[in-house]
Amino acid sequence: MSDNFLAGLIGKSQGAGGARYKLLAFGSLILLFVVFSLASPNFLQTSNILAILQATSVNGVLAIAATVVIITGGIDLSVGTLMTFCAVIAGVVLTFLGLPLPLGIAGAILAGAGAGFVTGNIVARLRIPPFIATLGMMLILKGLSLVISGTRPIYFNGTPGFTSISQGSIVGTVIPAVPVPNGVLVLFAVAIVISLVLTRTALGRYTFALGSNEEAVRLSGVNTRGWKVAVYTLAGAICGIAGLLIASRLNSAQPALGQGYELDAIAAVVIGGTSLAGGSGTILGTLIGALIISVLANGLRIMSVPQEWQTVITGTIIILAVYIDMLRNRNAS
Amino acid sequence: MTDLVTMRGIDKAFPGVRALKGAEFDLRPGEVHALMGENGAGKSTLMKILAGIYRQDAGEVLVGGQPVDLGSPRAAIAAGIGIIHQELILMPHLTAAQNILIGREPRKAGGLLLDEVALNAYAADVFKSMQLSLDPRTLVGSLTIARQQMVEIAKALSFRSRILIMDEPTAALNDKEVNELFAIINRLKADGVGIVYISHKMDEIKRIADRVTVMRDGAYVGTVDARETPISKIISMMVGREIDNEAPAAPDLSAAPVALEVRGLTRATQVRDVSFAVKAGEILGFAGLMGAGRTEVARLIFGADKADSGEILLGGKRIDVVAPQDAVRCGIGYLSEDRKALGLATGLDVRNNIALASIPRFSKLFGILDEQAMHAAANEYIEKLAIKTPSDRQPARLLSGGNQQKIVIAKWLLRDCKVLIFDEPTRGIDIGAKSEIYKLLNALAAEGKAIIVISSELPEVLRLSHRIAVMCEGRLTGFLPAGAPQEDIMRLATMRGAAA
Ligand SMILES: Nc1ncnc2c1ncn2[C@@H]1O[C@H](COP(=O)(O)OP(=O)(O)OP(=O)(O)O)[C@@H](O)[C@H]1O
Ligand SMILES: [Mg+2]
Repeated sequence: MSDNFLAGLIGKSQGAGGARYKLLAFGSLILLFVVFSLASPNFLQTSNILAILQATSVNGVLAIAATVVIITGGIDLSVGTLMTFCAVIAGVVLTFLGLPLPLGIAGAILAGAGAGFVTGNIVARLRIPPFIATLGMMLILKGLSLVISGTRPIYFNGTPGFTSISQGSIVGTVIPAVPVPNGVLVLFAVAIVISLVLTRTALGRYTFALGSNEEAVRLSGVNTRGWKVAVYTLAGAICGIAGLLIASRLNSAQPALGQGYELDAIAAVVIGGTSLAGGSGTILGTLIGALIISVLANGLRIMSVPQEWQTVITGTIIILAVYIDMLRNRNAS
Repeated sequence: MTDLVTMRGIDKAFPGVRALKGAEFDLRPGEVHALMGENGAGKSTLMKILAGIYRQDAGEVLVGGQPVDLGSPRAAIAAGIGIIHQELILMPHLTAAQNILIGREPRKAGGLLLDEVALNAYAADVFKSMQLSLDPRTLVGSLTIARQQMVEIAKALSFRSRILIMDEPTAALNDKEVNELFAIINRLKADGVGIVYISHKMDEIKRIADRVTVMRDGAYVGTVDARETPISKIISMMVGREIDNEAPAAPDLSAAPVALEVRGLTRATQVRDVSFAVKAGEILGFAGLMGAGRTEVARLIFGADKADSGEILLGGKRIDVVAPQDAVRCGIGYLSEDRKALGLATGLDVRNNIALASIPRFSKLFGILDEQAMHAAANEYIEKLAIKTPSDRQPARLLSGGNQQKIVIAKWLLRDCKVLIFDEPTRGIDIGAKSEIYKLLNALAAEGKAIIVISSELPEVLRLSHRIAVMCEGRLTGFLPAGAPQEDIMRLATMRGAAA
């Protein structure tokens, strides 16, 4: 792997002062680990760590989708309900139509890409601001999920291998001591692939360029609309993967679920140091952000902090993270 | 020989503005054709039509004798037309190399991946051919405006266009960089490239241009030979009148009180132990090379940056400025050199931009704004500075570059400050408006305001200043009286490593 890719993964190449900040986010994660393991002996147990990772997988994948859009200077409020929509489509393909598993996987991802393509066109061609366009899509997809499923959960009992997409453990069959769930592998695979896309491909370059100065890209003769549609399509496909993960974990597509997930995803992106103004951001940062959120939830639960207070603490962390991000930008300029 | 470009009878209207009325232009291979005219004459608009950014309402464009339809920037690039924009249009989060090759990235792995090594090598080559020492991997956002301008130039050059439009390329460059640019232009000329050169600097036109086409109010005035035509002729074609450009005699300030004093101002290596005083009624000019620290001094006084040490006294009393609002409250105004990032609210209209620093004055009961008074004040300055705009409700971003600059000047003139700091106040401003602004500054000084003018144009410093302070590498290297010979200024401006 080239320097550039590594730099992109650890967050050096985009945005001055990024490296130091990434260290800071990573440092906070370590700090949380230390605090919680001192507070409770159960925290550092393998089973708990694996549970944290498993809990991160869905939000992590969604946050990666949100990151890509946010780097273009946009925002995607529809990632949560799109995830559910894709899960429902998998249910239609596998349970209603009884088709084999690979087609269900393809169906979910294609449905995600298709919805992303529509959102992209609304943003790029109709020029509806991303906030509005994705707010609309969020509701549309939520409604469609309920309509298609008849407002009832769709179970995957007829598709034997389905739960192992997220819950099985390929690693566990090789190293029985650390049965890392497949969902976690999927998260890491998505992270690595999207990191590569962002740092090494034209699509990635235009993602950053659009967020940095869209007019400059357009005047350079680049088809900015087409690329923007491509970015939203990619984000949609990633939501499709998230849809498979959550459906596999619940062994069902729950059509009423989904709204609210977008906020957790955006929170992870922001904690990870991606600027909402666009032009900069890293997947590793987002991963760390997603981990911080689940470590907090898990650790506070182990310490028996009530759920309500967990929410208050997460909110505080978000504001702190953005404040630190602003300090960093001020120092960098 | 067929002309590279012929534009005939071009009309272009924007809502409320007829920007072009029957404009004409032609370009031959291997020539530098200057396009001149006052602010808002339509120069940039005409060239944006050629670059495929706007489409004309009427008229035809021929490239190489063939009528063409330049419907998009892409089409213009394909037709061999490159443009260096007046406003820097770059992506700050991307590196210099990534900016230059945006949309044309070298690929590898069958087109799947970007070839970053080739990308950087290509950009390094372009920089080398420009004799510019710049790491292609530097983030553009971390570069100075002058350097960003060089990246913009490098980008335009890298297209190897046969037709190259330069819209005020030297507005942010120092003398050395201008010389480098002119060397590049001469090489391109020898290769048969046709260059459209837009500038308000008369000396540059004389040095580099072969022909000059003058526009006024969107219409064609005429085309003349650049070397044989006297400057005064070109100017009168531009403005339709003679311009009085005599500097008034410096006033006697021996009895005037000191308005602003700075003692031992220091910030890292950018500003080192700078001390000076400006009297009420005085215009103190700051000369020096680009990067000498003049802007940084201004930013420290204005509270835009924090000084490591030193003190600022206003009317003999020490003041504490930690933020621009403190400075403004004390009556210090600062016109920044980078108007887009720091001076102009591009989304607001002309009226609100002019009133922006004086809002309390226009607030009535319950903070309701007195639009009537704002309108009157805005119009007063629109008239005084000849700001070209259909009305004071026009969004500022739709005005021509020079007229945007005038708005920022108007804002600080309206604010009624005791001390005014102007950083490159006439960058991109046409010659007629320049002399108006000089007159205004003199009038303000006569009213007893202390004025600091930072300018990289020596003639401007000499024309305006009652006294000249010269800086080099963060140090104040000396003061000179009005009318000092240019050589003395240059000697102080290059006094490296010496204390005042
Ligand atoms: N997009 C736009 N919408 C509305 N008006 C515009 C637009 N672009 C330019 N104009 C107006 O058209 C006129 C010509 O502008 P242009 O930018 O071509 O002037 P210019 O000759 O380049 O001036 P300068 O020397 O100040 O750069 C101006 O009155 C300007 O306000
Ligand atoms: Mg212009």
